[in-house]
Amino acid sequence: MSVHMQFMLLFSRQGKLRLQKWYVPLSDKEKKKITRELVQTVLARKPKMCSFLEWRDLKIVYKRYASLYFCCAIEDQDNELITLEIIHRYVELLDKYFGSVCELDIIFNFEKAYFILDEFLLGGEVQETSKKNVLKAIEQADLLQEEAETPRSVLEEIGLT
Amino acid sequence: MSDVVERTLSALPGLLGQHEPGAGPGGPGRASATSRLGGLIRSITALSSKHEEEKLIQQELTNLKATVSAPATTLRLMKECMVRLIYCEMLGYESSFGYIHAIKLAQQGNLLEKRVGYLAVSLFLHENHELLLLLVNTVVKDLQSTNLVEVCMALTVVSQIFPREMIPAVLPLIEDKLQHSKEIIRRKAVQALYKFYLIAPNQVQHIHDKFRKALCDRDVGVMAASLHIYLQMIKENSSGYKDLTESFVTILKQVVGGKLPIDFNYHSVPAPWLQIQLLRILGLLGKDDPRTSELMYDVLDESLRRAEINHNITYAILFECVQTIYTIHPKPDLLEKAAKCIGKFVLSPKINLKYLGLKALTYVIQQDPNLALQHQMTIIECLDHPDPIIKRETLELLYRITNGQNVTVIVQKMLDYLKQSKEEYTIINLVSKIAELAEKYAPANEWFIQTMNAVFSIGGDVMHPDIPNNFLRLLAEGFDDEKEDEQLRLYAVQSYLGLLEEEDAIYPQKFLQVMSWVLGEYSYLINHEGDPEVIMTRLHKLLKKTFVTSETKAWIMAAITKIASLNRGSKTIDKLIQEFSTSLDTCMRQYAFELKHLCEDKDLMKNLLPRDASCNDMVVDASLSFLDGFVAEGLSRGAAPYKPHHQRQEEKLSQEKALNFEPYGLSLSSSMSSSGFTGRQSPTGLSLGSDMSGNSTEMGQKEMSSLKLDGVKKLWGKDGYLPKKESKTGKEDKLEAVPPGSTLGGNMVDHPLSEADQEVVSPSEEEKEKQRLASTLFVGLASDSAVSLMGKADTTTQKFKRKSKISETQNSEEAPSIQHDATLSFRPLPEAQSNDNENIQSTEHVRLRKSSLSSSEVLEASISFKRPQSLTEARLDAKLPDYRLSPSSLFADNNIEVFQPSQVIPSVVASKASLIPSLSEELANNPHSEAVELCSCDTLAVNLCKVWTDDCLLLVLFVANRSSSALKNVNLVFENSEHFKIVEGLSYHFPVIKAQSLESCQKSVQMEKNCMQEILVGSLNYHLEMETGLEFSVTLSLTDFIRPMKITTEDFGKLWLSFSNDVKQNVKMSPSQGSLSIALNTLQQKLKLHVVDIVGNEGLVACQLLPSVPCLLHCRTHAGMLALWLRSPCSALPDSLLYQCQKVMEET
Repeated sequence: MSVHMQFMLLFSRQGKLRLQKWYVPLSDKEKKKITRELVQTVLARKPKMCSFLEWRDLKIVYKRYASLYFCCAIEDQDNELITLEIIHRYVELLDKYFGSVCELDIIFNFEKAYFILDEFLLGGEVQETSKKNVLKAIEQADLLQEEAETPRSVLEEIGLT
Repeated sequence: MSDVVERTLSALPGLLGQHEPGAGPGGPGRASATSRLGGLIRSITALSSKHEEEKLIQQELTNLKATVSAPATTLRLMKECMVRLIYCEMLGYESSFGYIHAIKLAQQGNLLEKRVGYLAVSLFLHENHELLLLLVNTVVKDLQSTNLVEVCMALTVVSQIFPREMIPAVLPLIEDKLQHSKEIIRRKAVQALYKFYLIAPNQVQHIHDKFRKALCDRDVGVMAASLHIYLQMIKENSSGYKDLTESFVTILKQVVGGKLPIDFNYHSVPAPWLQIQLLRILGLLGKDDPRTSELMYDVLDESLRRAEINHNITYAILFECVQTIYTIHPKPDLLEKAAKCIGKFVLSPKINLKYLGLKALTYVIQQDPNLALQHQMTIIECLDHPDPIIKRETLELLYRITNGQNVTVIVQKMLDYLKQSKEEYTIINLVSKIAELAEKYAPANEWFIQTMNAVFSIGGDVMHPDIPNNFLRLLAEGFDDEKEDEQLRLYAVQSYLGLLEEEDAIYPQKFLQVMSWVLGEYSYLINHEGDPEVIMTRLHKLLKKTFVTSETKAWIMAAITKIASLNRGSKTIDKLIQEFSTSLDTCMRQYAFELKHLCEDKDLMKNLLPRDASCNDMVVDASLSFLDGFVAEGLSRGAAPYKPHHQRQEEKLSQEKALNFEPYGLSLSSSMSSSGFTGRQSPTGLSLGSDMSGNSTEMGQKEMSSLKLDGVKKLWGKDGYLPKKESKTGKEDKLEAVPPGSTLGGNMVDHPLSEADQEVVSPSEEEKEKQRLASTLFVGLASDSAVSLMGKADTTTQKFKRKSKISETQNSEEAPSIQHDATLSFRPLPEAQSNDNENIQSTEHVRLRKSSLSSSEVLEASISFKRPQSLTEARLDAKLPDYRLSPSSLFADNNIEVFQPSQVIPSVVASKASLIPSLSEELANNPHSEAVELCSCDTLAVNLCKVWTDDCLLLVLFVANRSSSALKNVNLVFENSEHFKIVEGLSYHFPVIKAQSLESCQKSVQMEKNCMQEILVGSLNYHLEMETGLEFSVTLSLTDFIRPMKITTEDFGKLWLSFSNDVKQNVKMSPSQGSLSIALNTLQQKLKLHVVDIVGNEGLVACQLLPSVPCLLHCRTHAGMLALWLRSPCSALPDSLLYQCQKVMEET
C-alpha cells in the first residue's frame, strides 16, 4: 500500500539470484540487464550507507538479512521507509513459516517463498498486512498437500475461514 | 527483527553436505533436498565455472524438454518439472518450451499441481504474452468452482496478469465475488478489479458503486484493498471524490485511535500501511482546496502526535504526514509541527532518515525557504557526504533554492558531482538542471559560456536535445541589449576557437555542432583581430577526424560555407573543395560541389547566406509550385500521377484486405489498424535534408526556434526566492554577495533560534570553511522570509531575458496567465494576430472585472487592448500591478469557489413568470432537454437547455436578471476542456441584460476527445456594486453526441467488414425487457440509435458519433442475455458505447 512496486529481487552475497518477481511487463533481456546492474551496484555499497538508491528513474530500496539481499524498486514519489518495512514484513513471514528461515530454505523451497509473497504483495501492492491472515491462507493451501489423495472431502471441511 | 538479521550462514557448498534444509523445527511443507530439484541445485553449487554451469543447465533443459513433451508424463511429474524450469529461468536460461505446459498444468492438475501451474504462468508470462489467452478458460472455470482455494488461485493470477481484451469474459464472475461470504475472496476480487482499472478503466466504470461498498466492508482487508482503487481514481480526478473526504478522515481516525483488530498492528503501530495510504489520499483531496483541507486538520494533528515511538515505521508515517500537510491548503500551526518533524529527520544520525529529511526539505522548500536556512550547516555537511545518494539529494535541494547570487557555487557543486558520476540517467538529469540554472541566473557572459561548455562536454550526446537548441536560440535571438548580445556571441566564438586549438581533444558530436553553428554565424565578429583563414583551417581539420559523424560534418560544412561567403577567395576553401569533390561520402561530395558553384558566383552566395540573419523569417514554397512545369511534362509523357505516401500505404493495406483477416478478430485487426495509423502520421514528401547545403542546418534551427518559444520549463515558485527587485541594478547585488561574512550575519539576524546559530558559537577552521560555503549558498534566502506562501509574481532578475516577438509590455505584465496565448502568436502572422487579440481581450475582461476598477474604465481598458501598443497601455500598466500581485488573481480558482450558488426560493421564481426560459420555436422542434438551472444568486440565474440537432449538440444558456436594475457587461466564459470544443469560442458577452428580463446564448459543442462523461466548467461574471462571479458546470455525456445513422442492411454488411475495432459483451436483460425488439426499442429511444434490421433473434443497429464516426452494433438474444457486438473505425468508441448500452439496460 502507498507503494507501487516495480519488482523485487532476492540475491545472495555472491550475487546469485534467489527470487525474482516483476510487477511491470519487461522483456527477458531487459530483466537480465536490470538484474545484473542492480546486483553489482548494491553489492558494491558499503554497510553504513543509505538503504536507498537512485537508479534510472526509479528508487531502489534494499536491505541485507544474513547472506541475502532483498531489493525492491519503487517510484520516486513513493515512501522509501515503508518499503523497507515491506521487506521486513516479508522476512518475518518467511521466518514464521519456515521457523527461523535461512538462505537454504529459500533456495530449496523457492516456490513456497513465491506463494508467501503472492499472498502478501499482489500486483505490486500490499494485499494483506495482517501476518496472521497471510499465514492462514498459505497454511490452508498447504494442508491440501498432505491430503492430496482425497482432496474433495477435506476441502469441504476446510473452506477458508 | 534481531534474530533474523544476526544469524549468519557459513559458505553454501560446505553446508550442503551435512545440512538438510528441510530438517528445521517442523516448518510445514518443506520439500526434501533429496528431490530432483535438490539434486540440480546441489550440483550447480558444486560447480566452479560459469561455463560448466551453462553446460549442466543446457543438459537439464534438454531432459526437461523431453519429459514435458512426452505424453506419458504424469501431472505430478509435470509439477516437478515446472519447479525446475522456474529455477532455470531464474538463473537466466530461457525455457519458453515449457510455458504452454505451465498453462496446461494450471488447467488440468489437481489443486497442488494447479497451484504450481498458476505460479509458473505468473512468473513466465507477461500481460501481453500471446499464450495468456489460453489461460482465460481455466480462470473462468476456477472462478466458478465451489472450492474456495481454486477461486483464490484464479483471483490471484487475474490480479497479476490478465489479457486486457478478455476482461469482459471474467468481469461478471468477479463482480459476483464482491458479495462472497469469505473476506479473502472479497479482498482478492477487489484486487482483481483494481488490476482491471489500471489496464482498462473503461471496462469497470459501471461498478463504481460496488467500490463504495467495498470501502464500507466490515472486513479491514477488503476496505484496505479498495483504497488502491480510490488512490488511483483520486490521482486522476480528485474533484470527483471530495464527498468521500469525511469517510477517509473517519477511517484514519479509527486506525490512529487503535480501533482496528490487533492483527493489523505492526510493531505495535496500528495498520501503518493503511495509515500511509489514507494520508496520501487526503493529500490529493486537500490540495488547493481550503474547505476539504479543513476537514482533515484534526486527524493530521493526531497522526503527528501519535507517531512517537522511535521506530522506522513511525518515521514512515511521519514522513507521509509531513508531505500531506505541505500538500494541502496550509494551516500555520500544523506547518510548524511538520517543520519540527522535518528537523528530526534531517538531524538524525541514521542515514536513511537523514536522506528522507533532505527529500522532505526538497519538497517543502518552495513554501518554506527558512527551513533551508535553519538546516544550512547540515546541508553543507551532506554536500560532502561519502554516500553519493545523499549528495545527489542535497544537490536537488540546492537546485530549488538557486538564485542569481548563489548560482555559481551551486552549479560548481553540480559539475563536481557529475565528474564522478558515470550513470547516464544522472547525467541527463543534472545536465538539464545546470543548463536551466545557467540560462536563468547567469551572472556574466564568460561564466555562462564556460558553464555551457561544461554542459556540452559532459552531457555530450545523451543530454536532452532541447539544451543545445535553447542555447543556440538564446544566442541568435539575443536580449534587450544589442551590445550585450554581441559580447556574448563574441565570447562564445573566442571560447570555441580556443577549444578547437587543442589538437587531440575529442568533443561530443552535439558540442561540435553547436560550435560549428556559432562559428559559422558569428565568427565575423572577431574579424578585426583574427584571420578567417585560421577558423577555416580548424574546421577543416575537424572534417578529417574519424570520430566526427557525417551529421556533424554537415554542420561543419555549413559553417565553412557561411564563413566563405563573407570572405574573398581562400586557399583552405580551394583545398577543401578539391579534397571532397572526390570523396566517397556522397553527401560530402555534394556539399563540396555546391560550395564550388557558390564560390564562383559571389553574388548568389551573398544573397543566399546573409550575415547574421538566422532570426529573419524565411519564405518557403512548400507546395513546390516551381516544379509544376516539370511535373506536367512528365505526365504528358505518360508517367503515373504522384500518390502521397499515406495513399500508397492505404492502397497496399486494402489489397492485403483481400486475404481477409477478419475471423481472427481482435488482436490481429487492431494491430493492423495501428500500423496503418503510423503510416499515415509519418510526415510526407518534403525533405529539407537534401536542400541547399548552407541553409539546411540553419533552417532546421530556425524551425525549432519558432516552434518552441515557451522555452525551458520553469519550476514553480522558484522566482519567489529572488530577493532582487527589478529596480535594483545587477551591480548592487553583486556587491552584496561578495563579502561572505557579512551576509551570513545578515541571515542570522532573522533567525536567532536557528540550529545553525548555535553551532556558530565556537567555530573551528573547518567550521569556518563550511560557514563560508553556507553564506555563499544560502545568500538571498534570508531576505525572503517575508514572502507569502503564494510566492511572488514573475519579477525577473534574469540576465538573459528572452526577447519575445509580441509586444514587450503585454508579455511581461501578463507573465503567469497569458503565456499560453503568447505561444499561439507564433503561428503565421495575420490570422493569429486577430485571434490573439481576442484571447487577450477576453482574458482581460475576466481579470479586469476582478479588480476594483469602475465599469466605465473597464470598458475603456478593454477597448484599448484591441489596439496593440496604444498609448493607453502605459496608463493601464500603472493600474494593473495592484491586482496582478494579489494572490486572488493568481489563484483564480480558489477565488471563484467561494461563490456558492444559493438555493432559489420557489415562490420568487413563480412571481417572475417572465423569467422562465423557453426555446425558440425553431429549436424546440428538435429533440431537447428540459431547462435546468445551473446556478443562481439573488441577481442572476443561469438555465441550460440541451438541444440535440442532427449535426451537433447545442447548449442554449438562459441568463435571467432577477434584480431591479439593468446589468451591463455580463460575460459568460467556459473553461477550456480537452474533451470538448465550443465552435463559437469559449466566451459570450452580454452588453446589457435589462431588469427582470432574460437573455440567451447558443453554443454548439463538439466532442474532441472520446470520453464517457465529462464536465464542462464555466462561469458568469458581472459587476454590480462589487465584482461577482458565478461558477457552473455542465455534464456532457457521450450520448449527447450520438445520433442515429440511417443505412441499409447491405451497407451495414459492407461497413461491418471494414471496421477493425470491436468489443463483445453479454448484458443481462431484465424479464421486463423480454424480447429483442423491446431491448432494441430501449436502445433506440435512450441512446438515439438507428435500428437497421431485425432478423429472428438478431438485430442490426447503427449510430454515429458527431461529426461522423460510425459505430455498428450487432445484438442477439440468448437465454436471457443480450449479446452485444460493436464495431467502429475508432478504437475507443465501441468500449464507451458498450458502457452506455449496459447502463441503459440496467436502468430499465
